[in-house]
Amino acid sequence: MSYTSLSKKDLKDMMARIGVTSLEQLFKCIPDEIKCKKDLDIPPAKTEPELQRYFEKMSLRNTYSEYHSFLGAGAYSHYIPSVVDYLSSRGEFVSPYTPYQPEVSQGTLQVIFEFQTLICQLTGMDIANASLYDGASGVAEAVMMANRINRKNKALIAKTVHPEYRRVLRTYVKNLGIEVDEIGFAEDGRIDVDELEKKCDDKTTAVICQSPNFFGPVEDWRKISTIVHDRGAIMVAAVSEALSLGFLEPPGFLGADIVTGEGQSFGIPLSFGGPYLGFMACRKEFVRQFPGRIAGETTDIDGRRGFVLTLSTREQHIRRERATSNICTNQALCALRATIYLAALGREGLRELAGQNAYKARYARDKILQIPGVDLKFKGEFFNEFTIQLSGELKDITKKLTREKVIAGYELENEYPELKNCLLVCVTEMHSKEDIERLKDVLKSAVL
Amino acid sequence: MFPKDYYYSKDHEWIKIDGDIGTIGITDFAQNQLGDVVYVEMPDKGTQLEFHQSIGVIESVKAVSDVYSPVSGEVIEFNEKLNESPELINQKPHDEGWIIRIKIKDESDLQKLMSVDEYEKFLEGIEE
Amino acid sequence: MIREPLLFDISEKGKRGFRLPELDVPGDPSLLKGLPLRTEIEDFPQVSEVEVVRHFTRLSKTNYCVDEGLYPLGSCTMKYNPKINEVIASMKPISYIHPYAPEELSQGNLEILYVFERYLSEITGMDAASLQPSAGAQGELLGMMLIRACLEDHGDPRKTVLIPDSAHGTNPSSAHICGYGIKEIHSDGSGRIDIEDLKKNMTKEVAALMVTNPNTLGVFESDIKKITGIVHSNGGFVYMDGANMNALLGVCRPGDMDVDVLHLNLHKTFSTPHGGGGPGAGPVAVKSGLEPYLPLPVIKKDNGKIFCEYDRPKSVGKVRSFYGNFLVAVKALAYILSLGPKGLREVAEFAVLNSNYIRKSLDEHYHLQYETPSLHECVFSDKFQKELGVSNLDIAKRLIDYNVHPPTMSFPLIVHGALMIEPTETESKRDLDNFIQAMKEIAREAKENPTLLKEAPHQTYVRRLDETKAARNPVLKWEKKSDKNDRQT
Repeated sequence: MSYTSLSKKDLKDMMARIGVTSLEQLFKCIPDEIKCKKDLDIPPAKTEPELQRYFEKMSLRNTYSEYHSFLGAGAYSHYIPSVVDYLSSRGEFVSPYTPYQPEVSQGTLQVIFEFQTLICQLTGMDIANASLYDGASGVAEAVMMANRINRKNKALIAKTVHPEYRRVLRTYVKNLGIEVDEIGFAEDGRIDVDELEKKCDDKTTAVICQSPNFFGPVEDWRKISTIVHDRGAIMVAAVSEALSLGFLEPPGFLGADIVTGEGQSFGIPLSFGGPYLGFMACRKEFVRQFPGRIAGETTDIDGRRGFVLTLSTREQHIRRERATSNICTNQALCALRATIYLAALGREGLRELAGQNAYKARYARDKILQIPGVDLKFKGEFFNEFTIQLSGELKDITKKLTREKVIAGYELENEYPELKNCLLVCVTEMHSKEDIERLKDVLKSAVL
Repeated sequence: MFPKDYYYSKDHEWIKIDGDIGTIGITDFAQNQLGDVVYVEMPDKGTQLEFHQSIGVIESVKAVSDVYSPVSGEVIEFNEKLNESPELINQKPHDEGWIIRIKIKDESDLQKLMSVDEYEKFLEGIEE
Repeated sequence: MIREPLLFDISEKGKRGFRLPELDVPGDPSLLKGLPLRTEIEDFPQVSEVEVVRHFTRLSKTNYCVDEGLYPLGSCTMKYNPKINEVIASMKPISYIHPYAPEELSQGNLEILYVFERYLSEITGMDAASLQPSAGAQGELLGMMLIRACLEDHGDPRKTVLIPDSAHGTNPSSAHICGYGIKEIHSDGSGRIDIEDLKKNMTKEVAALMVTNPNTLGVFESDIKKITGIVHSNGGFVYMDGANMNALLGVCRPGDMDVDVLHLNLHKTFSTPHGGGGPGAGPVAVKSGLEPYLPLPVIKKDNGKIFCEYDRPKSVGKVRSFYGNFLVAVKALAYILSLGPKGLREVAEFAVLNSNYIRKSLDEHYHLQYETPSLHECVFSDKFQKELGVSNLDIAKRLIDYNVHPPTMSFPLIVHGALMIEPTETESKRDLDNFIQAMKEIAREAKENPTLLKEAPHQTYVRRLDETKAARNPVLKWEKKSDKNDRQT
């Protein structure tokens, strides 16, 4: 298949106007020694039906959908209302560029403005940007931002922050002279407050904590941020399950200075990990150090309301190496999906949905804990994920579960050797009572 | 158009001298080049500045411009009005749109600057 | 045209656009004891499903898009986005898979990543690729990190990165985040890198040269082998910004120019839609010397089984969670497979033909600062119109009245008042002729009625917007009317 639109006659006419007799002549500026002498070694062109068959065949090797999965750990399975796919597939949203010409991009710009408002409402912060790549790079951007604000060079990150976010943070700041240290967790699965008190000092630029944290428990933002602010550091709140923001007291009300995280839960399919939706919000006094694009309201020459990308002097195309971030292309279409999703669910729907997640997770916890040999690892209150510890070898149990087409959760021991035989179980509205009972039955026979 | 008793730099800053205190701003030419000023970022009081050190930036909608200190000295005051009304730099660049006041450390720095006649000639050279 | 209010302005208590099934487990609030619950978010939207659909549909109609017509933004490669790619990327057995799904249950998706990395290596003439970066800028940053890791590994970290004056703003920014200082390299009279300036600056402190080829003027760096030679002989690396790879597909390969590392923009060269600003993807391809430093995980195949390799001590680490923007990679792979080797070459040929056709058709009406032959894009300036008091901005805004998206403006910085035009290969002659005709009309209008241009656009949903006001008094979110009045007084 080819997606060009020139006829033989067009080619002839156009070459005549340019004054060449072959297409090859257009490439005269490229020295022969580096030109390709033969065709690229890739398969010959496929037609649309052939292409579809190719991918269908490929997808047969994905058997995940045959399994009952209780995986969460930073990527969540939630129902996506049909309006989300329908509206976000419109060519007018899918196929424009970044809205550099506001007169012909009001749709995209107004959506960004609405998205920013929703993120502010959810996080309890003053301002939000148009999106970042994902929750992980959001944490990295937050630390670089804190470093610009207070010029300090030590970042403290809780071990209970998503392991991928921690890794990405380390990769990003390695070359910037920002040192990263971790803070362990207490017996209830929350951040070790004593260790935080000890490690957080006047050299600390920011403390990054996640809630609900990677093991499930909800952190005490007020207590943590008081310590952090006492030492003059910036409190960065990370959120990997954005749905929790519709239900729990938001970090912005409890002392966070920057809130960043992953918005995949808002209408974005699991997608094997991407594209997802990084979001970021902060206090308004930090606006000049804020990374990423921002839409703002203004008026046109006739006095009508309109929206533009604003405060662009922070960005790479103007400030070059002194920009607040190098990000340009972000996740705009994912932000659109989130905006449609949140509009459809609305004030009551979002809260009801979050409640269902919390209730179902508790039902699952209570069922699973009836099994002898299964214990709740951390007692801290959780949202829709919790950690259990099994008395047997996790690998053996997982094998048995797989035979029964069940994935009971995320195996924590891979990232946390100290959490041997621990599983992080996630329950959402997608799991029916029967699914949960089946998990219990299968797990019971596997543990025995 | 340019005040007679000011000194001017090649980066289009002006400085007005009052004893050992210098008031610094950017020239009408500079504000014209920059367009509508939307934000001014300046150092804290007490900051020590070297001759020709970057002291902060002035932002328009689509450009960022450094401001360099025309003399060495200590920052003693910042024009707080610019926080609310950065447009003063466009409207009255040579008086109300001043940016910082500085306690001059070395008066000999002034000899490296231009008089108004020299600056006007300098601008003619640029405009050609 | 209906003026569409904000979601928050059309909200009414009690409305909702989606209903959940009844909760099928106990839902007693006492179960949630100890959870710090928030009260309902007061101003959160409350709208019906119909209102959701109307709202977003009406908003969508105020956008110009590629499906509607020519979108000649230079350096952005706004080509048509094939629809089959969207269909494939939304196939549930591909898109509804958890990133932590066990490898044996997601072999199909892993195979997609594996195969795609190989094809990208072949297309670029490199040895290996990583699909981790989420966008071009992240690809650039990763490229710099790989270079730095390799240099440090060899005990020679170096300090500076050389960047030509015609480069994208992201280049200096990405190098800076990698901890490097920046030194600008001048271009010569032809718009290419000034070799003498490069030689002068290519010291033992220089880690890399970041080069865009063809550069932002659409001009091919014909001396590229000489350039890479100079950098290599001084122990540096050559990073190529692959944003303009559309001009080279199947014609020549960065690997054969001795480039060490480059990024590609799948949302430019490989047809995945821009989505109004993303998601994109910025895979990085490298020569074998940089392979040990690639980010985690690296996708490997052994005995027909695909797996992720994490045990790589020299790796820079992770730059992105999970597998990067996977579904974007799916679309780009579908694109490559649908074109095949001949089709890919045709992309470059037609992209260059279309650009040169526009250039030739307009060169009497608009000023060309550089006469050097160009490939996939051409850069005019507003020099002729400036004399009439008309700027590139006015020309761009007037184009909107002709139902064409404006070109990239004021870039590259080395051309004053630039209009940077990249039509891409997908455009028909009819659409190109319409654009050419519009540009000619505008050149005439600039002489006869400049006010028409200065006040353009005339027929749009909104007209020229006050960007100064937006920046001086930022209003960055909706607030309830009463608050708003307070703030504005």
